[in-house]
Amino acid sequence: MSNSSEALFNFCLRLGDSNLILGHRLSEWCGHAPILEEDMALMNVALDLLGQTRVLLTYAGEVEGKGRDEDKLAYHRDTFDFKNVQLVEQPNGDFAETLARQCFFDNYHYLLLEKLSVSSDQTLRDHANKALKEVRYHCQHSGEWIVRLGDGTEESHRRMQDAINETWCFTGELFTDTAEDRELAEAGVVALPSSLKDGWNKQLSAILSEATLERPEDVPVPAMGKAGAHSEHLGYLLAEMQFLQRSYPDATW
Amino acid sequence: MAKNDWPLFEVFIRSKQGLDHRHVGSVHAIDAEMALTNARDLYTRRGEGVSIWVVASNDIVASNPEESGTFFDPAEDKAYRHPTFYEVPDDVEFL
Repeated sequence: MSNSSEALFNFCLRLGDSNLILGHRLSEWCGHAPILEEDMALMNVALDLLGQTRVLLTYAGEVEGKGRDEDKLAYHRDTFDFKNVQLVEQPNGDFAETLARQCFFDNYHYLLLEKLSVSSDQTLRDHANKALKEVRYHCQHSGEWIVRLGDGTEESHRRMQDAINETWCFTGELFTDTAEDRELAEAGVVALPSSLKDGWNKQLSAILSEATLERPEDVPVPAMGKAGAHSEHLGYLLAEMQFLQRSYPDATW
Repeated sequence: MAKNDWPLFEVFIRSKQGLDHRHVGSVHAIDAEMALTNARDLYTRRGEGVSIWVVASNDIVASNPEESGTFFDPAEDKAYRHPTFYEVPDDVEFL
């Protein structure tokens, strides 16, 4: 692969893997959400993310040109080859933690897709234009919950604030520029992650203030997940997600 | 708030071809906005609708089934309330 196609390949993995891992985390709520209606809502979001993953991993495989398809990339890579941000692999915790993680990612995701919708890359542009509608709804869903829990009862406020505080440290990575990011930005594929920060801050401030929640202090972090460095949680998640394909390689329905 | 305290909302959906909103079921939600998103997630997953109404079930005033005799039976033997009861005279035009 040339340098530029390697950067594109890695970008597709970064977004595709983030969608895949977050979708899997959400699917762990299936049958366990607070009420049936919310169970369905979370699964809808999970399935949206999985659908988006398929496009991105299929395209990653094409860019790489080694014959790996979406399934090979999803089920036959180990933790250090996954490029998702660490935010999305964090355990579900309670409902508030799941929503904090979701709200942080949704708003970042939306801003990123907005940039991708004018990408020089046709496939990414088409993907973004389709996915934007889905992700706009994801933002609405998670944002409304944060407001209701933050501005709800004493206990829901406390737990929502705890969740925001606990999860905040993983948001720094979303806006960290790497050498590959700069290369892609110069080629007009996608804007620099750091350029999304102001918009994200604005959206989050609006949600948090309506929810009567405090915005934690930023913590500087390197781009860990993007570089393949992950928390211990990802290994356990992959062990479950990849079990079938690991035990029965290339099994089909 | 316990989950069984969440109020119930009735959901009405208008389909692409439909002119009117039809009752499709109900959802639990903490408030009307969330009832709308829950209804969207539950009842329009397969492209069923282009418009949703939700209304708190408590706000619906319903007739009492026990009084259905008093309410509805008297209408059953009043055939003259149907237009078909009347014969149209031959020389009436534009009816």
